[in-house]
Amino acid sequence: MNTPAVEIENLSVTFPGPNKTRIEAVKNVSLTLTPGKALGIVGESGSGKSVTARSLLGLTSGNVTADTLNILGTDATRLTEKQWREIRGNKVAMILQDALNSLDPLRPIHREIADALPGSRKQRKQAAVEALYSVEMPEPALRAEQRSPQLSGGMRQRALIAQAMIGSPSVVVADEATTALDTRLTRMVLDQLAQLKDQGIALAMISHDLAQIAQVADDIIVMRHGEIVESGPTEQLLSNPQHDYTKQLLAAIPSGVARFAPLSQVATTEAGTFENFRHPADMRKLTDTLAIAVHGLSKTFGDHAAVSDVSFSVPQGSTLGLVGESGSGKTTTARMILGLERPDTGSVSIFGQHFAPAKESDRRDLRDQLGAIYQDPLASFDPRYTTSQILINALSGGTTSRSRHYHKRALELLDLVELDSSLLSRSPRELSGGQRQRLAIARALAPKPDILVLDEPVSALDVSVQATVLDLLDRLQLETGTSYLFITHDLAVVEHMSDQIAVMTHGNLVETGTAQQIIHEPSHPYTQQLIAAAPDWGPRSRR
Amino acid sequence: MRVVSWLARRVGAAAILLWIVATVIFIAIRMIPGDPAEAIMGGPGSQASAEALEAAREQYHLNEPLLVQYALYLGQLITGDLGTSYAQQRPVAQIMAEMLPATLQLTLISLVIAWLIAFLMAAVAARSNRIGQAMGTVIEVVAAAVPHFWLGAMLIIIFSTWLGWLPSVDTGTVQGIILPALTLAIPLSGFLAQLMRDSLVTAMSSPFALAARARGASEGQVFFRHGFRHAALPALNLTGWAVATSISGAVVVEEVFARPGLGRSLLGAVLSRDMPMVTGIALFSALIYMVVMLIVEAIEAIINPAAARGDDA
Repeated sequence: MNTPAVEIENLSVTFPGPNKTRIEAVKNVSLTLTPGKALGIVGESGSGKSVTARSLLGLTSGNVTADTLNILGTDATRLTEKQWREIRGNKVAMILQDALNSLDPLRPIHREIADALPGSRKQRKQAAVEALYSVEMPEPALRAEQRSPQLSGGMRQRALIAQAMIGSPSVVVADEATTALDTRLTRMVLDQLAQLKDQGIALAMISHDLAQIAQVADDIIVMRHGEIVESGPTEQLLSNPQHDYTKQLLAAIPSGVARFAPLSQVATTEAGTFENFRHPADMRKLTDTLAIAVHGLSKTFGDHAAVSDVSFSVPQGSTLGLVGESGSGKTTTARMILGLERPDTGSVSIFGQHFAPAKESDRRDLRDQLGAIYQDPLASFDPRYTTSQILINALSGGTTSRSRHYHKRALELLDLVELDSSLLSRSPRELSGGQRQRLAIARALAPKPDILVLDEPVSALDVSVQATVLDLLDRLQLETGTSYLFITHDLAVVEHMSDQIAVMTHGNLVETGTAQQIIHEPSHPYTQQLIAAAPDWGPRSRR
Repeated sequence: MRVVSWLARRVGAAAILLWIVATVIFIAIRMIPGDPAEAIMGGPGSQASAEALEAAREQYHLNEPLLVQYALYLGQLITGDLGTSYAQQRPVAQIMAEMLPATLQLTLISLVIAWLIAFLMAAVAARSNRIGQAMGTVIEVVAAAVPHFWLGAMLIIIFSTWLGWLPSVDTGTVQGIILPALTLAIPLSGFLAQLMRDSLVTAMSSPFALAARARGASEGQVFFRHGFRHAALPALNLTGWAVATSISGAVVVEEVFARPGLGRSLLGAVLSRDMPMVTGIALFSALIYMVVMLIVEAIEAIINPAAARGDDA
């Protein structure tokens, strides 16, 4: 057994709260990092996992106490800021999530990677190029000179890994390093993290995604509300979870779960008062009627073909999942279907009636049949409106936001999406992420549309919240017969939600088929790559 | 090559803008009530004879149709001839050349001071706690809101009358320019500091600042490598506007501190309806504004090349 690289016993971190209270972000957390091993820390937002990770670098602004905080043989409980700086980057390094702002957009990549190194400017730049080369950055010398807005998401994530690795650290903390990445990029980053283990680095991998952590981690800690609820070797924790919360998290992973089977469990519904909804069997009687028929859609921006000759159809009452990585043209396709973008060629019909391209006045009557839901609901709400005003505005077709006349319908809508009526007077900013997305769904349902276009509706949500929203969408479809066009980059979600799946890349639709076909017998090479890159999720076969 | 075409486009745009400004000035001047000939002869008080007025009209083509006058006016401007001041009977260009250095000096010094004050205020406010931030905001707002004439008077009372440290009027020395420059700089620094603090706070709490700390950078390094650039960008954007306000502020400040300069000349010219003089100064201010904007754009391109190329940020 190796000597541990990091030993933490009873770590607590508190932040000043309102009225002189202390908020305990992390409570009595103990963990060990071992060279050549990876520890996964799983938790949802507010679980304290990032605070825990940052305390390994002395980068929390809160008050940190621990019985033991041993980092590579140094007692880190009483380090000065200057001593911490010796550790950061050289002994313990951090890989951040690829947000656009994780690399300073105003500075060239090589300076972002190597500015902490000793030596002349030229030497540092050379070191940066070498670091980029070792993370398989294409054209490292060229990329080193560029700034982050000029790089693709994958390149930025590589640069972030190079940034962490350049100081030859012994401990690496990867904080949501695979979050918001496309399937194949996620696979690339997971592979690189696994390589770090082989190099003898002690790795801490923080994520909200249990499925991804399980690909790399040898041991897993599950955190909630600042505490460890369960920990153990990966295999054991996945196959025989003890704590209810761990079971919930596992059940919430949609991969391999039968269509309409529930993902969420009673305790996780935010609405609280609602009984766990047992989904009835799929009683839908699908007809030949096509809710959406897209024929030969193309759209070019400048000299970039965003969408080329895309055709597909969504039978009434069913769900078509449109999968693709960022830049594949799936959102542009959705915008053309919604009549927000005029196609260069091709047409869209809604229930057999021509919808696009058309003059707005000619298709106004058809508009009510189409609802749209986006990834970030908050941005789509007027910030001065309360929940009730948002709903009334939608119910009245935008003519009023205050009339009592619509009050009853507004309550019905809230009920439909399992939100409590007490939320009516709240501002959407006061709602949680899941509640906001429910509100967005309620608003979209106000004109009683027959079709919902959902563009990454659950991508910004925690896994357990995602599960409740997906369950809600399932239930609504069974009850109302609404047809869904479900757009996402997440294969597991699309597999669970779709009757049929269409795969897009570089503006082309490469493959369409039933969910079964696409996931289990993909025929196009791109789809095969995509499926192969998705986390090989054990429980899929077990169910 | 890219630089040349960029410059050519900007110079072309500047020429068109100057033409528009000149036209607006021309129209505005013709709309002012009163007989221009009377103004030429020294205003209504001069009681010039009808013959003298007629001669003045003849000399300045005031009898021609408006379009002809406009053409003559533009023709003059294109050859660089700004005309002769009615009041001083000297070429406008010559008067402006005499007045320009004083105003330019005042404006530039106050710009530098404003940037320094703003940067210090932003840095202090961004690093301090919530009470400090709130106080910083108050100071910024007050600084941005004080009018030049009041601030100038207060500075004179405090530093000249009470403390006797600095002269209240222009003495041609370094001491003489401190108070007028401060009067211009303080309100400007309030505006700039507000802008800078916002982007400074955002930059210092952004993921790239966290990444910098995680690779061992000290707070000072994070500040100068990252925070400073992000803070400077929006304020830099406003520099064209800042120069413009400084020049219009100079009208008041030069009067308050009895400094010779373009601002004071403009005030005198407006009061005595000295149209060639007004036209000259207005056009020149527009020109300065455009030159400053060009310089600002070039500096921005150095700080943020991606934005200059029009890449998606």
